[in-house]
Amino acid sequence: MISMERVDSLFLDEVKKRSGEEINLCYQCLKCTAGCPTAPYMDIKPNNIIRMIQMGMKKEILESSAIWLCVSCETCGTRCPNEIDIGVLMDTLREIAVEEGVTVREKNIYLLHETFIKNIKRLGRVHEATMLMEYKLRSKDIMTDMVSGLMLFLKGKIPIFPSIIKGREDIKKIFDKCQTKKK
Amino acid sequence: MKFSYFPGCTDHSTSLEYGKSTREVFKVLNIELLEIDDWNCCGAAATHSINHLLSLCLPARNISKAQALNAGPLLVPCAGCFNMLKRTENVLKKDETKRKEIEEIVGFKYDPSLEILALMDVMINKIGFEKIRQKVKKPLKGLKTACYYGCALVRHPKITQMDDPENPQYMDRLMKALGANPVEWSYKVDCCGADLALTHSEIVKKLVGRIVSMAEEAGAQCLVTSCGLCQANLEMRQDRDLPVFYFTELMGIAFDIIDRKNWWGKHIISPNPLLSSMGLI
Repeated sequence: MISMERVDSLFLDEVKKRSGEEINLCYQCLKCTAGCPTAPYMDIKPNNIIRMIQMGMKKEILESSAIWLCVSCETCGTRCPNEIDIGVLMDTLREIAVEEGVTVREKNIYLLHETFIKNIKRLGRVHEATMLMEYKLRSKDIMTDMVSGLMLFLKGKIPIFPSIIKGREDIKKIFDKCQTKKK
Repeated sequence: MKFSYFPGCTDHSTSLEYGKSTREVFKVLNIELLEIDDWNCCGAAATHSINHLLSLCLPARNISKAQALNAGPLLVPCAGCFNMLKRTENVLKKDETKRKEIEEIVGFKYDPSLEILALMDVMINKIGFEKIRQKVKKPLKGLKTACYYGCALVRHPKITQMDDPENPQYMDRLMKALGANPVEWSYKVDCCGADLALTHSEIVKKLVGRIVSMAEEAGAQCLVTSCGLCQANLEMRQDRDLPVFYFTELMGIAFDIIDRKNWWGKHIISPNPLLSSMGLI
């Protein structure tokens, strides 16, 4: 049962406008969910995400693990008979979740994105060693992949020194103008 | 023929051997690659996941650098970077309001005549099989390859403009031109799990496990890719010993490039036993 207090009647329009996707065209053929590599691990399946957007169930969607487990492989969008790009839709949902400051269900995925972006902001390019170190410390997940990380390091695939660009001022300007508007 | 070149961040790190083999192959083909000046990270999945505008502006700065260099089409080896640049190109071409916003933020004027091409596309449609065949000195006779296209090179086709998103053939045809035998299999465009490898490795292990076992079942002796993240995931998250090559490395063998001996040591799964047994090392 959906109680009326949980329904946000403006949500459908907001998502439609921001993503540019015609969400109302969905007729629940389930092709998106059938082809999705991470659907088995999602709490809400992609086809249900669409239905729940139509029904205005904003809170449930923004707090789901599903929006974070989507890796934008675009299998869904490629196969959708109504040309709804669900991968793009998932980007929009994640962005709204961050702006609205909801409790992110998949904290480490969000943390990894955030750490990655911080790395670009500082250097203009990604430096795996500092990026991974910061992610590990902040997620407190130190031990996972230590062996494979060490192996990559020994093969010379995780350089110690970063490659820093000259145009860091350009990057700073871009970041300043693209700041997420948190509510 | 010459191209402007966007190496991408992993060129210095996890896909060292992709960059090295690409440069060597272009030397043999006698085609110039001019690296664009002071390029930045394409923004990758992190930016498009949580900051849409940033995910358009970071690639746009690279597009502006390629325009400034004016050295022909922009060639992108990494499938992930290619997808990010193409997403931005798509917006710049189709959404006037957004284009103006991006131009203002990045400080440039977009020139729609700049072509942005995947390395694979350049190989097949700009250089062509005939020229490639002419350079083959050591045909990869009998080598059974499973061509793994993954996601970012192929989808969404409206962005990548690459052929047949369900059963692409171009890498298979390239392998045939090198003398190899690409196997028929059904997992060539299935996702490897991408950056979930760092946060949910158990999911990636399952996805990679299925891809690798299906390649083996089809009789493949190795996998071939054009994506740094796919290559790393396929090598590091499988529980067998199936070597995973970049397609340019196999071109390097077929062209008999001496430098190739320096590439194999960069692999987590050594291709040496396979290459020795085929007389290709």
